[in-house]
Amino acid sequence: MTNWSIILSIAKTHLLTKIKQTSIAALGVTFGIGSYITLVCFMTGLNTMLDDLMLNQTPHIHVYNEIEPSKKQPVSLYDNLSNSFNVIHSIKPKLSQKKIHNALPIINYLEHNDKVLGALPQVKAQIFYIAGSIEISGNLTGINPIEEANYFNMSDYIIEGSAMALQNTDNGILLGIGIAKKMALKIGDRIQVSPINGSIFPLKIVGFYQSGVADVDAIQSFTNIKTVQRILGEANNYITDINVKLYDIETAIPLAKTIEQQFNLKAIDIKTANAQFETGTTIRNLITYAVSITLLIVAGFGIYNILNMLIYEKMNDIAILKATGFSGKDVQLIFMSQAMIIGFVGGVLGLLIGFGLTSLIETIPFKTEALPTVETYPINKDPLYFIIGFSFAMVSTFLAGYLPAKKAKKIDPVKIIRGQ
Amino acid sequence: MSVILEAKHINKYFKKPVNFHVLKDISFQIKKGEFASVMGKSGCGKSTLLYILSTMDTDYEGELYLKNQLITGQDSTHLSHLRNKHIGFVFQFHYLLSEFSVLENVMLPAKKLAEKSLQEIEHNAIQKLKILNIEHLASKKASQVSGGEKQRVAIARALINDPSIIMGDEPTGNLDSHNAENVFNIFKQLSDEQGLSLLIVTHDEDFANKTDRIIQMEDGKILL
Ligand SMILES: Nc1ncnc2c1ncn2[C@@H]1O[C@H](COP(=O)(O)OP(=O)(O)O)[C@@H](O)[C@H]1O
Ligand SMILES: [Mg+2]
Repeated sequence: MTNWSIILSIAKTHLLTKIKQTSIAALGVTFGIGSYITLVCFMTGLNTMLDDLMLNQTPHIHVYNEIEPSKKQPVSLYDNLSNSFNVIHSIKPKLSQKKIHNALPIINYLEHNDKVLGALPQVKAQIFYIAGSIEISGNLTGINPIEEANYFNMSDYIIEGSAMALQNTDNGILLGIGIAKKMALKIGDRIQVSPINGSIFPLKIVGFYQSGVADVDAIQSFTNIKTVQRILGEANNYITDINVKLYDIETAIPLAKTIEQQFNLKAIDIKTANAQFETGTTIRNLITYAVSITLLIVAGFGIYNILNMLIYEKMNDIAILKATGFSGKDVQLIFMSQAMIIGFVGGVLGLLIGFGLTSLIETIPFKTEALPTVETYPINKDPLYFIIGFSFAMVSTFLAGYLPAKKAKKIDPVKIIRGQ
Repeated sequence: MSVILEAKHINKYFKKPVNFHVLKDISFQIKKGEFASVMGKSGCGKSTLLYILSTMDTDYEGELYLKNQLITGQDSTHLSHLRNKHIGFVFQFHYLLSEFSVLENVMLPAKKLAEKSLQEIEHNAIQKLKILNIEHLASKKASQVSGGEKQRVAIARALINDPSIIMGDEPTGNLDSHNAENVFNIFKQLSDEQGLSLLIVTHDEDFANKTDRIIQMEDGKILL
C-alpha cells in the first residue's frame, strides 16, 4: 500500500526548496524535447515537400513502348540451326512505333483494376518552337489537363493560367517558362510549332509551366491530346505513354511487372525509378533522430546528476524518514516522483517550445525557383511527434531517476545517524 | 504487567575494520509503563543496541520480541511498518525535516501510517504539541526553532502514532540543564499517565537516578 499524497508532498517540497537546480534539470528536458520537435517537424516537413515534389508529378507506373532490339532474333526460329552456335553482328532494333498498340483498351482495362486510382494517356512529340526566324527544338506533350491536375498536381506547376484554360481552349498551349522568356512571350500571344517533318501550326498561349528544373522548362510545353494528334497527323488512338496512379504506392512493383508481361510494353515503377531518392529521405531521418536522441541523453544526464546531488544533500531526511517508518520503497518513490515531475514539467514546456518554434518557422518566407508552390518553410506538425517527444521525456527521466532513487532506497539510516 | 520489548541473547559483531564483538549476549525485558535508562561508558555499545532494538539494524544474532511477537528476520517493509506504528525514536541530534513546518514534521509518521483522516491527524499533532508546550510553533519552519524546541518537536513526532515504546539515544545530551529537566518531566508524565514504556540512553546521572530502572552496560555486556 503506497500513500501517494505524502510521497508527492515530500517530493514537491524537495523540488521547491531546490528550485534553481530543479529548473535547470527541467530546462534540460525542455531544451531536448523542444529541439527534437522542432527538428523532426522541420525535417519531415522538408522530406514530405521533397517527396511530394517527386511523387506527385511522377506516375507510380509509367507505361511506354521502348525501342530496343528484339530478344529473339529470326535465326533462332530456324530449327536447323538450333543446335549450333550462332553469332549475329550489328543487331538493329526493329523499326517500331512509339505508339502504344491498343492504348485505349489498355487504359480502360487499367482503370477497372481496383488498385488503380487513374490511368492517364499522354502523347509525346518532338517539335520546334518557331517565332519569327528563331527555331528552338523542344517537347510537346498532349495531356488531359484537368485529370493531370487532379492526379499529378499539375496545377502546382502552372504559374500563370490554369489547367481549365488549357482544357477549354482548342489549339491552346501551356508554354514552358524558359521558352517564354527566351522568346519574350506573354499569355494570349501566339506561338508556332512544327513537328520534325511537318507543317507549321499556330497555338495560343494560355499559361506558363514551371517545373523548377530549368532544363525542362526550356523545352517542355503541354497541350491537349487532340491538338498533338492533329499536329502529328495521327488518329485519336495514337497514345505514346500511359501514366498510372495507384491507391497504394507499395503495389507499384508487382503491377508494373504484370503490365510488362501482359501487354509486352515497358512499365517502370516509381520505386525503381527513384531508388536513390528514398536513400536521401532515410539518411535525413537518421540524422534528425541521432541529433534529437543525443539532446535527450544530455538532458537525461542532467537529471541524473541533479538527483544524485539532491540525494547527497537529503541524506538526513532519508535517514529520518526511514527511522520514522517510511520503507525503502517509499523513499525510492519519493525520488522517482521528483524525477518524473521534472520530466513532466520539462516535457510539457518542451512541447510548448516546440509548438511555438515550429509555428514561427512556418511563417518564415521561403521562396525558391525550384518550388513554385512553396511560400514558407515547410513544417510537418504531426501530433505523433509531440506524443513521441513527451513519451521520450518521461522515459528518459525515468531512467535518469532510477539509479539515484535506487541508491536512496538502499541508504542505511543507522550509518547516517551514527555519522552525526 | 505485559512485556513490551524483549531481547534474547543478542550478539553483534562489526567485521570492519577488524572483527569486533560489540554486543555480548544481551538479554532483558521492558514492561508496559516502565521507564528504563541505559548507562555506560562511551563506546560500550549503547547506541548499537538501541539501533537493533529499534529494528533499524537487522544485522545481529539472537531474538527480538515486540509485544511477544518475534520480529527478528522480518522483511524490511514490515519492519518499517512496525517502527512506524509501535516505536517512537528520539535522537541526540534533533533530526527534523528542515524544510517542513513543525506541524508537518509531527504529522509525517501518522500520514505514513494512514489509519486516521487528515483532520484527525492534524488535531492529534496539535494535541501532542500542546503536551510539550510548543503548540505556538506549529506553523514555523523546523529550521527556525531553537535546539530545545526541536528536541520537543522530535518527541511530539515520536508520540504521534501512540507507540508502545519510546527509545531515546541521549535525547538530553545536547540540552542545557533546564531543558533536560523539562524533557525528563515530559517522559515521566507520559510513562505515569499514559502507561508508555521508555528506554532512554543517557550520560546524565541525575536523569538516570530518577527513572524506574537503570540498565548498566560495560564492554557490550549488561551488568546486573
Ligand atoms: N560501523 C561501525 N564499524 C565498526 N565499529 C563500530 C561501528 N559503529 C560503532 N562501532 C564501534 O562500536 C563500539 C560501540 O559504539 P556505540 O554503540 O556507538 O557506543 P556508545 O553509543 O555506547 O557510545 C564503539 O567502539 C565504536 O567505535
Ligand atoms: Mg552513542
